[in-house]
Amino acid sequence: MTTLTAPTRPLAEAEDVRPTRRRLGPGEPIRFGGLIGIVALLAAWVVGSATGLLDPRTLTEPWTVVATAETLIENGRLTDSLVTSGIRAALGLGLGVLVGTVLALVSGLSRIGESLIDGPIQVKRSIPTLALIPLLILWLGIGEPMKVITIALAVFVPVYIHTHNGLRTIEGRYAELAETLGVTRTEFVRHVVLPGAMPGFLLGMRFAVTSSLLALVVVEVINATSGIGHMITLASNYGQTDIIVVGLVVYALLGVTADAAVRIIERKALSWRRTLAS
Amino acid sequence: MASYARELSTQPEPAVRVQALHRSFNEAGGVLNGLDLDIAPGEFVALLGRSGSGKSTLLRALAGLDRGVAGHGRIEVPAKVSVVFQDSRLLPWKRVLDNVTLGLRTPDAAQRGSQALAEVGLAGREGAWPHELSGGEQQRASLARSLVRDPQLLLADEPFGALDALTRIRMHTLLRRLCEVHQPAVLLVTHDVDEAIVLADRVIVLDGGVVRHDARIDLDGRRSQADPAFARLRAQLLTELGVEDDHDAAPRPTVGQLSERAAS
Repeated sequence: MTTLTAPTRPLAEAEDVRPTRRRLGPGEPIRFGGLIGIVALLAAWVVGSATGLLDPRTLTEPWTVVATAETLIENGRLTDSLVTSGIRAALGLGLGVLVGTVLALVSGLSRIGESLIDGPIQVKRSIPTLALIPLLILWLGIGEPMKVITIALAVFVPVYIHTHNGLRTIEGRYAELAETLGVTRTEFVRHVVLPGAMPGFLLGMRFAVTSSLLALVVVEVINATSGIGHMITLASNYGQTDIIVVGLVVYALLGVTADAAVRIIERKALSWRRTLAS
Repeated sequence: MASYARELSTQPEPAVRVQALHRSFNEAGGVLNGLDLDIAPGEFVALLGRSGSGKSTLLRALAGLDRGVAGHGRIEVPAKVSVVFQDSRLLPWKRVLDNVTLGLRTPDAAQRGSQALAEVGLAGREGAWPHELSGGEQQRASLARSLVRDPQLLLADEPFGALDALTRIRMHTLLRRLCEVHQPAVLLVTHDVDEAIVLADRVIVLDGGVVRHDARIDLDGRRSQADPAFARLRAQLLTELGVEDDHDAAPRPTVGQLSERAAS
Protein backbone atom coordinates (compact mmCIF):
# COMPACT_ATOMS: atom_id res chain seq x y z
CA MET A 1 0.00 0.00 0.00
CA THR A 2 2.49 2.63 1.16
CA THR A 3 6.16 2.84 0.50
CA LEU A 4 8.68 2.28 3.24
CA THR A 5 10.48 5.58 2.72
CA ALA A 6 7.48 7.90 2.94
CA PRO A 7 4.70 6.38 5.05
CA THR A 8 3.05 9.80 5.57
CA ARG A 9 2.49 10.31 1.86
CA PRO A 10 -1.22 10.25 0.86
CA LEU A 11 -2.36 6.99 -0.69
CA ALA A 12 -3.32 8.57 -3.99
CA GLU A 13 0.31 9.49 -4.64
CA ALA A 14 1.65 6.11 -3.57
CA GLU A 15 3.90 4.82 -6.28
CA ASP A 16 2.76 1.70 -8.09
CA VAL A 17 5.18 0.70 -10.79
CA ARG A 18 5.03 -2.92 -11.87
CA PRO A 19 5.61 -4.83 -15.02
CA THR A 20 2.39 -6.22 -16.41
CA ARG A 21 1.83 -8.90 -18.99
CA ARG A 22 -0.98 -9.17 -21.48
CA ARG A 23 -3.79 -11.28 -20.02
CA LEU A 24 -4.38 -14.56 -21.85
CA GLY A 25 -6.96 -16.18 -19.57
CA PRO A 26 -10.68 -15.26 -19.67
CA GLY A 27 -10.27 -12.79 -16.78
CA GLU A 28 -12.50 -11.97 -13.83
CA PRO A 29 -15.89 -13.75 -13.64
CA ILE A 30 -18.92 -11.54 -14.39
CA ARG A 31 -21.54 -11.24 -11.64
CA PHE A 32 -24.81 -12.99 -12.58
CA GLY A 33 -23.09 -13.74 -15.90
CA GLY A 34 -25.23 -16.85 -16.36
CA LEU A 35 -28.38 -14.74 -16.63
CA ILE A 36 -27.11 -12.28 -19.24
CA GLY A 37 -27.58 -14.63 -22.19
CA ILE A 38 -31.08 -15.56 -21.07
CA VAL A 39 -32.09 -11.90 -20.62
CA ALA A 40 -30.66 -11.04 -24.07
CA LEU A 41 -32.66 -13.85 -25.66
CA LEU A 42 -35.88 -12.72 -23.94
CA ALA A 43 -35.18 -9.13 -25.02
CA ALA A 44 -34.73 -10.27 -28.64
CA TRP A 45 -38.10 -12.06 -28.38
CA VAL A 46 -39.83 -8.95 -27.02
CA VAL A 47 -38.25 -6.65 -29.62
CA GLY A 48 -38.94 -9.10 -32.47
CA SER A 49 -42.61 -9.44 -31.49
CA ALA A 50 -43.12 -5.70 -30.91
CA THR A 51 -41.63 -4.72 -34.26
CA GLY A 52 -43.54 -7.43 -36.10
CA LEU A 53 -40.36 -9.22 -37.23
CA LEU A 54 -41.64 -12.36 -35.48
CA ASP A 55 -44.92 -13.66 -36.92
CA PRO A 56 -47.27 -14.51 -33.99
CA ARG A 57 -48.10 -17.77 -35.84
CA THR A 58 -44.43 -18.77 -35.60
CA LEU A 59 -43.82 -17.60 -32.06
CA THR A 60 -46.46 -15.96 -29.90
CA GLU A 61 -45.71 -12.57 -28.35
CA PRO A 62 -44.32 -12.85 -24.80
CA TRP A 63 -47.18 -10.82 -23.31
CA THR A 64 -49.72 -13.18 -24.94
CA VAL A 65 -47.85 -16.14 -23.41
CA VAL A 66 -48.04 -14.52 -19.97
CA ALA A 67 -51.77 -13.82 -20.46
CA THR A 68 -52.38 -17.40 -21.66
CA ALA A 69 -50.49 -18.78 -18.66
CA GLU A 70 -52.70 -16.67 -16.37
CA THR A 71 -55.85 -17.96 -18.06
CA LEU A 72 -54.61 -21.56 -17.89
CA ILE A 73 -53.85 -21.18 -14.20
CA GLU A 74 -57.22 -19.56 -13.55
CA ASN A 75 -59.23 -22.31 -15.23
CA GLY A 76 -57.05 -24.96 -13.55
CA ARG A 77 -55.79 -26.63 -16.72
CA LEU A 78 -52.11 -25.77 -16.15
CA THR A 79 -52.17 -26.71 -12.47
CA ASP A 80 -53.92 -30.04 -13.18
CA SER A 81 -51.51 -30.84 -16.01
CA LEU A 82 -48.52 -29.89 -13.88
CA VAL A 83 -49.64 -32.08 -10.99
CA THR A 84 -50.29 -35.05 -13.31
CA SER A 85 -46.91 -34.66 -15.02
CA GLY A 86 -45.13 -34.06 -11.73
CA ILE A 87 -46.53 -37.21 -10.13
CA ARG A 88 -45.68 -39.25 -13.22
CA ALA A 89 -42.08 -37.98 -13.29
CA ALA A 90 -41.67 -38.40 -9.53
CA LEU A 91 -43.00 -41.97 -9.54
CA GLY A 92 -40.79 -42.97 -12.47
CA LEU A 93 -37.78 -41.22 -10.99
CA GLY A 94 -38.30 -42.78 -7.56
CA LEU A 95 -38.74 -46.28 -8.96
CA GLY A 96 -35.77 -45.92 -11.29
CA VAL A 97 -33.46 -44.54 -8.58
CA LEU A 98 -34.46 -47.31 -6.17
CA VAL A 99 -33.90 -50.08 -8.72
CA GLY A 100 -30.67 -48.54 -10.02
CA THR A 101 -29.23 -48.12 -6.52
CA VAL A 102 -30.13 -51.61 -5.33
CA LEU A 103 -28.73 -53.20 -8.49
CA ALA A 104 -25.53 -51.12 -8.19
CA LEU A 105 -25.07 -52.23 -4.57
CA VAL A 106 -25.64 -55.91 -5.34
CA SER A 107 -23.35 -55.73 -8.35
CA GLY A 108 -20.72 -53.65 -6.56
CA LEU A 109 -20.53 -55.74 -3.41
CA SER A 110 -20.51 -59.28 -4.78
CA ARG A 111 -18.73 -60.83 -7.71
CA ILE A 112 -21.70 -63.13 -8.44
CA GLY A 113 -24.03 -60.14 -8.44
CA GLU A 114 -21.73 -58.34 -10.84
CA SER A 115 -21.57 -61.31 -13.20
CA LEU A 116 -25.36 -61.55 -13.29
CA ILE A 117 -26.31 -57.89 -13.37
CA ASP A 118 -23.61 -55.85 -15.02
CA GLY A 119 -23.72 -57.50 -18.46
CA PRO A 120 -27.48 -57.16 -19.08
CA ILE A 121 -27.43 -53.53 -17.94
CA GLN A 122 -24.56 -52.69 -20.29
CA VAL A 123 -26.64 -54.21 -23.11
CA LYS A 124 -29.75 -52.29 -21.97
CA ARG A 125 -27.65 -49.12 -21.93
CA SER A 126 -26.98 -49.44 -25.64
CA ILE A 127 -30.71 -49.61 -26.45
CA PRO A 128 -32.35 -46.16 -26.26
CA THR A 129 -35.20 -46.48 -23.75
CA LEU A 130 -37.53 -44.68 -26.11
CA ALA A 131 -37.08 -47.50 -28.62
CA LEU A 132 -38.66 -49.83 -26.06
CA ILE A 133 -41.92 -47.86 -25.99
CA PRO A 134 -43.68 -49.92 -28.71
CA LEU A 135 -42.95 -53.11 -26.77
CA LEU A 136 -43.99 -51.53 -23.48
CA ILE A 137 -47.29 -50.43 -25.03
CA LEU A 138 -47.96 -54.01 -26.13
CA TRP A 139 -47.14 -55.32 -22.66
CA LEU A 140 -48.64 -52.66 -20.44
CA GLY A 141 -51.13 -50.76 -22.61
CA ILE A 142 -51.09 -46.99 -22.80
CA GLY A 143 -52.06 -46.29 -19.19
CA GLU A 144 -50.05 -44.86 -16.32
CA PRO A 145 -47.99 -48.04 -15.60
CA MET A 146 -46.47 -47.88 -19.08
CA LYS A 147 -45.55 -44.21 -18.62
CA VAL A 148 -44.06 -44.66 -15.16
CA ILE A 149 -42.09 -47.73 -16.21
CA THR A 150 -40.73 -46.03 -19.33
CA ILE A 151 -39.46 -43.17 -17.16
CA ALA A 152 -38.03 -45.63 -14.60
CA LEU A 153 -36.22 -47.52 -17.37
CA ALA A 154 -34.65 -44.28 -18.59
CA VAL A 155 -33.64 -43.33 -15.05
CA PHE A 156 -32.18 -46.48 -13.56
CA VAL A 157 -29.35 -46.81 -16.07
CA PRO A 158 -27.44 -43.59 -15.21
CA VAL A 159 -28.08 -44.17 -11.50
CA TYR A 160 -26.72 -47.72 -11.79
CA ILE A 161 -23.70 -46.78 -13.91
CA HIS A 162 -22.51 -43.92 -11.71
CA THR A 163 -23.26 -45.55 -8.36
CA HIS A 164 -21.54 -48.76 -9.46
CA ASN A 165 -18.57 -46.77 -10.66
CA GLY A 166 -18.53 -44.87 -7.35
CA LEU A 167 -18.52 -48.15 -5.44
CA ARG A 168 -15.78 -49.67 -7.52
CA THR A 169 -13.51 -46.65 -7.23
CA ILE A 170 -13.59 -46.59 -3.41
CA GLU A 171 -9.94 -47.05 -2.63
CA GLY A 172 -8.91 -50.55 -1.57
CA ARG A 173 -6.86 -49.07 1.26
CA TYR A 174 -10.08 -48.10 3.05
CA ALA A 175 -11.30 -51.70 2.87
CA GLU A 176 -7.92 -52.78 4.24
CA LEU A 177 -8.26 -50.28 7.09
CA ALA A 178 -11.75 -51.57 7.88
CA GLU A 179 -10.34 -55.10 8.02
CA THR A 180 -7.69 -54.09 10.56
CA LEU A 181 -10.34 -52.35 12.67
CA GLY A 182 -12.39 -55.53 12.79
CA VAL A 183 -15.67 -54.01 11.57
CA THR A 184 -18.53 -56.24 10.47
CA ARG A 185 -19.75 -56.39 6.89
CA THR A 186 -22.84 -54.33 7.73
CA GLU A 187 -20.71 -51.64 9.39
CA PHE A 188 -18.37 -51.70 6.41
CA VAL A 189 -21.25 -51.08 4.02
CA ARG A 190 -22.72 -48.34 6.21
CA HIS A 191 -19.56 -46.44 7.09
CA VAL A 192 -17.32 -47.04 4.10
CA VAL A 193 -19.23 -48.24 1.04
CA LEU A 194 -22.33 -46.04 1.08
CA PRO A 195 -20.62 -42.73 1.89
CA GLY A 196 -17.82 -43.58 -0.52
CA ALA A 197 -20.29 -44.21 -3.34
CA MET A 198 -22.28 -41.04 -2.55
CA PRO A 199 -20.49 -38.73 -5.04
CA GLY A 200 -21.09 -41.23 -7.84
CA PHE A 201 -24.72 -41.71 -6.82
CA LEU A 202 -25.41 -37.97 -6.82
CA LEU A 203 -23.77 -37.52 -10.21
CA GLY A 204 -26.03 -40.32 -11.46
CA MET A 205 -29.00 -38.51 -9.92
CA ARG A 206 -28.29 -35.39 -11.96
CA PHE A 207 -28.28 -37.40 -15.16
CA ALA A 208 -31.35 -39.29 -13.96
CA VAL A 209 -33.39 -36.14 -13.41
CA THR A 210 -32.69 -34.99 -16.97
CA SER A 211 -33.47 -38.45 -18.37
CA SER A 212 -36.74 -38.62 -16.45
CA LEU A 213 -37.94 -35.34 -17.95
CA LEU A 214 -36.94 -36.42 -21.44
CA ALA A 215 -38.87 -39.67 -21.04
CA LEU A 216 -41.79 -37.76 -19.52
CA VAL A 217 -42.04 -35.49 -22.55
CA VAL A 218 -41.94 -38.43 -24.95
CA VAL A 219 -44.56 -40.58 -23.20
CA GLU A 220 -46.84 -37.57 -22.79
CA VAL A 221 -46.58 -36.43 -26.39
CA ILE A 222 -46.96 -39.90 -27.89
CA ASN A 223 -50.13 -40.97 -26.14
CA ALA A 224 -51.64 -39.26 -23.16
CA THR A 225 -54.95 -37.88 -22.04
CA SER A 226 -53.54 -35.63 -19.36
CA GLY A 227 -50.39 -33.77 -18.40
CA ILE A 228 -48.30 -30.97 -19.85
CA GLY A 229 -47.42 -33.03 -22.94
CA HIS A 230 -51.12 -33.69 -23.64
CA MET A 231 -51.79 -29.97 -23.30
CA ILE A 232 -49.04 -29.23 -25.83
CA THR A 233 -50.24 -31.91 -28.28
CA LEU A 234 -53.79 -30.57 -28.21
CA ALA A 235 -52.57 -27.00 -28.71
CA SER A 236 -50.48 -28.17 -31.63
CA ASN A 237 -53.58 -29.63 -33.30
CA TYR A 238 -55.40 -26.29 -32.97
CA GLY A 239 -52.38 -24.13 -33.84
CA GLN A 240 -52.28 -22.51 -30.39
CA THR A 241 -48.63 -21.47 -30.29
CA ASP A 242 -49.11 -19.58 -27.01
CA ILE A 243 -50.16 -22.73 -25.11
CA ILE A 244 -47.24 -24.69 -26.63
CA VAL A 245 -44.80 -22.05 -25.42
CA VAL A 246 -46.35 -22.08 -21.92
CA GLY A 247 -45.90 -25.86 -21.84
CA LEU A 248 -42.28 -25.58 -22.90
CA VAL A 249 -41.58 -22.95 -20.25
CA VAL A 250 -43.10 -25.25 -17.62
CA TYR A 251 -40.88 -28.13 -18.79
CA ALA A 252 -37.85 -25.83 -18.58
CA LEU A 253 -38.80 -24.74 -15.06
CA LEU A 254 -39.31 -28.37 -13.99
CA GLY A 255 -35.86 -29.31 -15.29
CA VAL A 256 -34.05 -26.35 -13.76
CA THR A 257 -35.79 -26.81 -10.39
CA ALA A 258 -35.04 -30.53 -10.23
CA ASP A 259 -31.39 -30.01 -11.13
CA ALA A 260 -31.06 -27.25 -8.53
CA ALA A 261 -32.60 -29.55 -5.90
CA VAL A 262 -30.07 -32.28 -6.62
CA ARG A 263 -27.24 -29.76 -6.46
CA ILE A 264 -28.39 -28.53 -3.07
CA ILE A 265 -28.54 -32.12 -1.79
CA GLU A 266 -25.08 -32.68 -3.26
CA ARG A 267 -23.65 -29.68 -1.42
CA LYS A 268 -25.15 -30.84 1.89
CA ALA A 269 -24.25 -34.51 1.54
CA LEU A 270 -20.73 -33.96 0.27
CA SER A 271 -19.70 -31.19 2.63
CA TRP A 272 -16.69 -33.34 3.60
CA ARG A 273 -15.24 -32.89 0.15
CA ARG A 274 -12.72 -30.18 -0.49
CA THR A 275 -13.06 -29.43 -4.16
CA LEU A 276 -11.74 -26.68 -6.40
CA ALA A 277 -15.17 -25.05 -6.37
CA SER A 278 -15.12 -24.30 -2.65
CA MET B 1 20.96 -64.88 13.58
CA ALA B 2 18.52 -64.00 16.34
CA SER B 3 21.08 -63.41 19.03
CA TYR B 4 18.42 -62.59 21.61
CA ALA B 5 16.46 -65.78 21.19
CA ARG B 6 18.11 -67.23 24.31
CA GLU B 7 17.34 -64.19 26.37
CA LEU B 8 13.74 -64.08 25.18
CA SER B 9 13.21 -67.75 25.93
CA THR B 10 13.56 -66.94 29.63
CA GLN B 11 10.31 -64.99 29.31
CA PRO B 12 7.40 -67.43 29.26
CA GLU B 13 5.01 -65.94 26.69
CA PRO B 14 6.16 -63.70 23.86
CA ALA B 15 3.50 -61.39 22.44
CA VAL B 16 4.51 -62.27 18.91
CA ARG B 17 6.05 -65.51 17.75
CA VAL B 18 7.00 -66.03 14.13
CA GLN B 19 8.58 -69.32 13.09
CA ALA B 20 9.99 -70.35 9.73
CA LEU B 21 7.90 -67.80 7.85
CA HIS B 22 8.00 -68.02 4.07
CA ARG B 23 6.22 -65.63 1.70
CA SER B 24 6.72 -65.19 -2.02
CA PHE B 25 4.96 -63.14 -4.66
CA ASN B 26 6.28 -65.03 -7.67
CA GLU B 27 8.06 -68.20 -8.71
CA ALA B 28 11.46 -66.51 -8.90
CA GLY B 29 12.16 -66.25 -5.21
CA GLY B 30 10.76 -65.67 -1.76
CA VAL B 31 10.44 -62.32 -0.05
CA LEU B 32 10.54 -63.98 3.37
CA ASN B 33 12.69 -67.10 3.60
CA GLY B 34 12.20 -68.90 6.89
CA LEU B 35 12.07 -65.89 9.16
CA ASP B 36 12.04 -66.38 12.94
CA LEU B 37 11.11 -63.57 15.31
CA ASP B 38 9.86 -63.23 18.87
CA ILE B 39 8.63 -59.97 20.37
CA ALA B 40 8.09 -59.73 24.13
CA PRO B 41 5.00 -58.01 25.56
CA GLY B 42 5.59 -54.27 25.74
CA GLU B 43 8.76 -54.48 23.68
CA PHE B 44 9.37 -51.80 21.04
CA VAL B 45 11.03 -53.34 18.00
CA ALA B 46 12.16 -51.32 15.00
CA LEU B 47 12.50 -53.15 11.72
CA LEU B 48 15.09 -51.84 9.28
CA GLY B 49 15.92 -53.11 5.85
CA ARG B 50 16.57 -52.05 2.31
CA SER B 51 13.69 -51.74 -0.14
CA GLY B 52 12.45 -55.19 -1.01
CA SER B 53 13.95 -56.82 2.06
CA GLY B 54 10.50 -57.98 3.17
CA LYS B 55 9.79 -55.46 5.95
CA SER B 56 6.31 -54.59 4.79
CA THR B 57 5.58 -58.19 3.81
CA LEU B 58 6.33 -59.27 7.39
CA LEU B 59 4.21 -56.49 8.83
CA ARG B 60 1.28 -57.30 6.56
CA ALA B 61 1.60 -60.98 7.46
CA LEU B 62 1.41 -60.09 11.17
CA ALA B 63 -1.57 -57.81 10.48
CA GLY B 64 -3.37 -60.62 8.66
CA LEU B 65 -3.52 -58.60 5.46
CA ASP B 66 -1.69 -61.03 3.17
CA ARG B 67 -4.51 -63.28 2.09
CA GLY B 68 -3.68 -64.85 -1.20
CA VAL B 69 0.09 -64.48 -0.86
CA ALA B 70 1.86 -67.81 -1.32
CA GLY B 71 3.82 -69.08 1.66
CA HIS B 72 3.88 -71.06 4.87
CA GLY B 73 5.13 -70.82 8.42
CA ARG B 74 3.72 -70.11 11.84
CA ILE B 75 2.51 -66.75 13.18
CA GLU B 76 1.14 -66.16 16.67
CA VAL B 77 -0.10 -62.67 17.49
CA PRO B 78 -2.23 -61.31 20.35
CA ALA B 79 -5.99 -60.92 19.97
CA LYS B 80 -5.89 -57.12 19.80
CA VAL B 81 -3.69 -55.86 17.00
CA SER B 82 -3.77 -52.29 15.65
CA VAL B 83 -2.13 -51.05 12.49
CA VAL B 84 -0.83 -47.55 11.76
CA PHE B 85 -0.29 -46.99 8.05
CA GLN B 86 2.06 -44.58 6.33
CA ASP B 87 -0.93 -42.52 5.18
CA SER B 88 -3.23 -41.65 8.05
CA ARG B 89 -6.03 -43.44 6.21
CA LEU B 90 -8.79 -41.43 7.81
CA LEU B 91 -12.12 -41.81 6.01
CA PRO B 92 -12.60 -38.38 4.39
CA TRP B 93 -16.40 -38.53 4.84
CA LYS B 94 -16.24 -39.06 8.62
CA ARG B 95 -15.43 -36.44 11.19
CA VAL B 96 -12.29 -37.04 13.24
CA LEU B 97 -14.05 -38.53 16.28
CA ASP B 98 -16.12 -40.91 14.11
CA ASN B 99 -12.91 -42.00 12.41
CA VAL B 100 -11.29 -42.73 15.76
CA THR B 101 -14.23 -44.72 17.09
CA LEU B 102 -15.01 -46.56 13.84
CA GLY B 103 -15.82 -50.17 14.69
CA LEU B 104 -15.80 -49.62 18.46
CA ARG B 105 -18.91 -51.21 19.91
CA THR B 106 -18.74 -50.14 23.53
CA PRO B 107 -21.38 -47.66 24.77
CA ASP B 108 -18.71 -45.19 25.91
CA ALA B 109 -17.00 -45.21 22.51
CA ALA B 110 -17.37 -41.46 21.95
CA GLN B 111 -15.96 -40.66 25.38
CA ARG B 112 -13.00 -42.98 24.89
CA GLY B 113 -12.44 -41.53 21.44
CA SER B 114 -12.31 -37.99 22.82
CA GLN B 115 -9.91 -39.18 25.50
CA ALA B 116 -7.64 -40.76 22.90
CA LEU B 117 -7.73 -37.56 20.84
CA ALA B 118 -6.80 -35.52 23.90
CA GLU B 119 -3.91 -37.91 24.51
CA VAL B 120 -2.45 -37.19 21.08
CA GLY B 121 -2.98 -33.44 21.50
CA LEU B 122 -6.13 -33.14 19.38
CA ALA B 123 -8.59 -32.23 22.13
CA GLY B 124 -11.41 -30.14 20.74
CA ARG B 125 -10.90 -31.29 17.16
CA GLU B 126 -13.51 -34.08 17.38
CA GLY B 127 -15.84 -32.39 14.89
CA ALA B 128 -13.22 -31.48 12.28
CA TRP B 129 -13.13 -33.08 8.83
CA PRO B 130 -9.89 -34.97 8.12
CA HIS B 131 -8.93 -32.57 5.32
CA GLU B 132 -9.00 -29.71 7.80
CA LEU B 133 -6.09 -31.27 9.71
CA SER B 134 -2.41 -30.92 8.83
CA GLY B 135 -0.45 -34.02 7.83
CA GLY B 136 0.97 -34.40 11.33
CA GLU B 137 -2.44 -33.97 12.94
CA GLN B 138 -3.94 -36.56 10.62
CA GLN B 139 -1.26 -39.03 11.62
CA ARG B 140 -1.90 -38.24 15.29
CA ALA B 141 -5.61 -38.91 14.75
CA SER B 142 -4.70 -42.26 13.22
CA LEU B 143 -2.52 -43.02 16.28
CA ALA B 144 -5.53 -42.20 18.46
CA ARG B 145 -7.65 -44.57 16.38
CA SER B 146 -5.12 -47.34 17.01
CA LEU B 147 -4.66 -46.69 20.72
CA VAL B 148 -8.34 -46.34 21.60
CA ARG B 149 -8.56 -50.10 20.92
CA ASP B 150 -5.97 -50.87 23.65
CA PRO B 151 -3.84 -52.98 21.34
CA GLN B 152 -1.48 -55.62 22.71
CA LEU B 153 0.46 -55.28 19.47
CA LEU B 154 0.89 -52.09 17.47
CA LEU B 155 2.09 -52.53 13.89
CA ALA B 156 3.36 -49.35 12.26
CA ASP B 157 4.40 -49.23 8.60
CA GLU B 158 6.64 -46.18 8.18
CA PRO B 159 4.09 -44.07 10.04
CA PHE B 160 6.17 -40.89 9.89
CA GLY B 161 7.59 -41.38 6.39
CA ALA B 162 5.39 -38.73 4.80
CA LEU B 163 5.89 -36.07 7.49
CA ASP B 164 8.36 -33.19 7.49
CA ALA B 165 11.47 -33.47 9.68
CA LEU B 166 10.27 -31.19 12.49
CA THR B 167 6.84 -32.82 12.76
CA ARG B 168 8.57 -36.19 12.78
CA ILE B 169 10.65 -35.29 15.84
CA ARG B 170 7.48 -34.24 17.68
CA MET B 171 5.77 -37.48 16.65
CA HIS B 172 8.71 -39.51 18.01
CA THR B 173 8.30 -37.91 21.43
CA LEU B 174 4.55 -38.48 21.32
CA LEU B 175 4.84 -42.12 20.26
CA ARG B 176 7.39 -42.91 23.00
CA ARG B 177 5.13 -41.34 25.62
CA LEU B 178 2.04 -43.17 24.37
CA CYS B 179 3.90 -46.47 24.37
CA GLU B 180 5.05 -45.91 27.96
CA VAL B 181 1.43 -45.36 29.00
CA HIS B 182 -0.26 -48.11 26.98
CA GLN B 183 2.59 -50.66 26.92
CA PRO B 184 1.77 -52.43 23.66
CA ALA B 185 4.35 -54.53 21.90
CA VAL B 186 5.38 -52.46 18.88
CA LEU B 187 6.77 -53.42 15.51
CA LEU B 188 7.81 -50.28 13.65
CA VAL B 189 8.90 -50.57 10.05
CA THR B 190 11.17 -47.68 9.08
CA HIS B 191 13.84 -46.57 6.64
CA ASP B 192 15.25 -44.13 9.13
CA VAL B 193 18.13 -45.50 11.22
CA ASP B 194 18.02 -42.53 13.61
CA GLU B 195 14.29 -43.02 14.15
CA ALA B 196 14.89 -46.68 14.94
CA ILE B 197 17.59 -45.90 17.51
CA VAL B 198 15.64 -43.07 19.14
CA LEU B 199 12.44 -45.06 19.54
CA ALA B 200 13.15 -48.75 19.85
CA ASP B 201 14.24 -51.16 22.58
CA ARG B 202 15.54 -53.44 19.91
CA VAL B 203 16.48 -52.96 16.27
CA ILE B 204 16.23 -55.72 13.71
CA VAL B 205 17.77 -55.59 10.25
CA LEU B 206 16.05 -57.68 7.62
CA ASP B 207 17.94 -58.90 4.58
CA GLY B 208 17.12 -61.57 2.05
CA GLY B 209 13.94 -62.45 3.92
CA VAL B 210 15.61 -63.38 7.22
CA VAL B 211 16.77 -61.50 10.30
CA ARG B 212 20.31 -60.45 9.54
CA HIS B 213 21.02 -58.40 12.64
CA ASP B 214 19.28 -58.16 15.99
CA ALA B 215 20.52 -55.52 18.41
CA ARG B 216 19.23 -54.34 21.76
CA ILE B 217 19.52 -50.57 22.26
CA ASP B 218 21.13 -49.90 25.62
CA LEU B 219 21.26 -46.11 25.65
CA ASP B 220 20.18 -44.64 28.94
CA GLY B 221 17.65 -41.86 29.28
CA ARG B 222 17.48 -39.22 26.57
CA ARG B 223 18.79 -40.61 23.36
CA SER B 224 20.87 -37.96 21.69
CA GLN B 225 22.56 -38.08 18.36
CA ALA B 226 25.46 -36.24 20.02
CA ASP B 227 26.09 -39.34 22.17
CA PRO B 228 29.12 -41.24 20.79
CA ALA B 229 27.36 -44.54 21.58
CA PHE B 230 24.48 -43.38 19.38
CA ALA B 231 26.89 -42.62 16.55
CA ARG B 232 28.58 -46.02 16.89
CA LEU B 233 25.26 -47.83 16.81
CA ARG B 234 24.17 -45.78 13.84
CA ALA B 235 27.36 -46.57 11.91
CA GLN B 236 27.00 -50.25 12.74
CA LEU B 237 23.39 -50.41 11.58
CA LEU B 238 24.21 -48.53 8.40
CA THR B 239 26.96 -51.02 7.68
CA GLU B 240 24.48 -53.85 8.18
CA LEU B 241 22.23 -52.09 5.69
CA GLY B 242 25.13 -51.87 3.25
CA VAL B 243 25.49 -48.09 3.40
CA GLU B 244 28.88 -46.40 3.77
CA ASP B 245 28.36 -43.67 6.33
CA ASP B 246 31.22 -41.36 5.49
CA HIS B 247 29.46 -38.08 6.33
CA ASP B 248 29.24 -38.30 10.06
CA ALA B 249 32.11 -40.69 10.65
CA ALA B 250 34.60 -37.93 9.86
CA PRO B 251 35.79 -36.20 13.06
CA ARG B 252 35.67 -32.67 11.67
CA PRO B 253 33.72 -31.77 8.54
CA THR B 254 35.86 -29.96 5.98
CA VAL B 255 34.56 -27.47 3.46
CA GLY B 256 34.61 -30.06 0.72
CA GLN B 257 32.51 -32.50 2.76
CA LEU B 258 29.99 -29.82 3.64
CA SER B 259 29.39 -28.89 0.05
CA GLU B 260 29.15 -32.54 -0.84
CA ARG B 261 26.50 -33.01 1.82
CA ALA B 262 24.56 -30.03 0.55
CA ALA B 263 24.61 -31.44 -2.93
CA SER B 264 23.34 -34.84 -1.91
